[in-house]
Amino acid sequence: MADTSLLADSAQVAGFDWSFFWHYLISPSGTFLEGLWRTVYISVVAQALGVLLGLVIALAQRSRFAALRWGGGAYVWLIRGTPLLVQLVLVYNGLAAAGVYRFTDVQVGGLVLLGVVQAAVLTLAVNEAAYMAEIIRAALDAIDRGQTEAAQALGMTPSLTMRVVLLPQALRIIVPPLGNEFNLMMKSTSLLSVIGLQEMFLTAQSINSATFKTFEIFLVAACYYLALTTVWSFVQRSIERRLADPGTTPPPGPSLRERLVGGRGGGPAPRGTAVVGKEPTLAGREAS
Amino acid sequence: MNDPHGPHDQPTTGYTGPTGPADPTAVLSARGMVKAFGGVRVLNGVSMDVRAREVVVVVGPSGSGKTTFLRCLNHLESIDEGEILVHGRRVGYKDGLDRLVEERPRAIAARRRNIGFVFQRFNLFPHLSALDNVAVAPVKVLGVPKAEAREQAQALLARVGLAHKASSRPSVLSGGQQQRVAIARALAMKPELMLFDEPTSALDPEMVGEVVTVMKELVEDGLTMIVVTHEMGFARSAADRLVMFDQGVILEEGTPEKLMTDPDHQRTRAFLRRIDGHG
Repeated sequence: MADTSLLADSAQVAGFDWSFFWHYLISPSGTFLEGLWRTVYISVVAQALGVLLGLVIALAQRSRFAALRWGGGAYVWLIRGTPLLVQLVLVYNGLAAAGVYRFTDVQVGGLVLLGVVQAAVLTLAVNEAAYMAEIIRAALDAIDRGQTEAAQALGMTPSLTMRVVLLPQALRIIVPPLGNEFNLMMKSTSLLSVIGLQEMFLTAQSINSATFKTFEIFLVAACYYLALTTVWSFVQRSIERRLADPGTTPPPGPSLRERLVGGRGGGPAPRGTAVVGKEPTLAGREAS
Repeated sequence: MNDPHGPHDQPTTGYTGPTGPADPTAVLSARGMVKAFGGVRVLNGVSMDVRAREVVVVVGPSGSGKTTFLRCLNHLESIDEGEILVHGRRVGYKDGLDRLVEERPRAIAARRRNIGFVFQRFNLFPHLSALDNVAVAPVKVLGVPKAEAREQAQALLARVGLAHKASSRPSVLSGGQQQRVAIARALAMKPELMLFDEPTSALDPEMVGEVVTVMKELVEDGLTMIVVTHEMGFARSAADRLVMFDQGVILEEGTPEKLMTDPDHQRTRAFLRRIDGHG
């Protein structure tokens, strides 16, 4: 009697607990879902703010005033040159430790906005803005100079030219790399665990320390990250389709299979070697 | 001896163009325009007066400065010396303490509103339909109500024979159609002066005719135009004046008849004979 139960236990410790895995995958606990929800909304808000701030930085870098151009360049240099992980700790723990600023919970309407969430969104947005600024700048640079001249010749001011002629055209160039950025952003939120934000990764970690089902619970987390990025890749594709010039035939998008396994033509990718969740790049799409 | 970077190789010609101060009663009055790119003088003292309803065709070998001249007229390029008046108002510059200083972008934009410009490569806005390409500037720059601007744009597209293409994006239009939309787009601002920069050079030969036809109609409507082109057929039938550019100066000018049959300069004769054979 005692022998068999010991055997069953050791089998469970050494092997993969399928029932635990399926249980958490199909009906995750409330805390896990809360972590998932935090991952989603922090990503969305930080990305949106990052795009807006990135646009401001990109415009500053194209300004006719040298001080603004210099400031924009310095921002990108500083933010892109330091790791996000270090920035997070500096902003949340560092500022508080130095007595400069401590993020505290604030009440907005009926909602409590946690101090750690504020720090997370702020840092992610500021970090993202540096990358978005470069993407937007490159997109604006890619537009033919003749477009600006045509707008100028019609009497448009620089700001009107930007709004009416350049930005709408840049948007189409920006969306594919923006999609990549958002994909990275959702995964980067796992770094927020170091400042104690209960997003999906840290939730998985606390379930792990209570159950010791390390492989199972992190595999569940991986599945949910994959689900998020997969849903996003479909959203991104539909945005790209909507922005495509109806006059030109858009390049054929990657098929569902290519999208999921990352392969391009040929037979199906061999089992176990598939690069899951890898976004097709713009270059890859052009090559098709 | 033949150093292209020095100003000393400029030909000395008898022609000086209009002299005296710029004429504020002319549609365009330019005096002593000088423009250098990295030490190379592309324009080396160009003066010109253009009166209302006058059609001036500018010709000259590649690199003679004719396109730069045209681009300077609406300040797509700055000038290093000289003065440009359009309807008596300076383009691109204002009085500084002891010399002219460049205007702010907003003021330059305001001066460009009544100077139409048609580009060699059309430069239509690819994200807008033909109709919106024509209507966008009146709406955004002049504040014309959207419905009214679109109605005017539709009429302008009809005028260039493209009423049926109003909803098409530029990418589905032929070169000739794109250039006609571009002309309609410039006309939508009701310009008092239209500048054409080699409007048919980027077109396939079979599409040149449709664009030239539209331009001739504008001449009949009395539009003041400066046209850089090698279309001698257009010059012969529509131009009041033919201007020959060479090495950054106006070599000579006169009626198309005079320059084509009895020019003062051998270079003019040789050049016009060369391009007329192709045009």
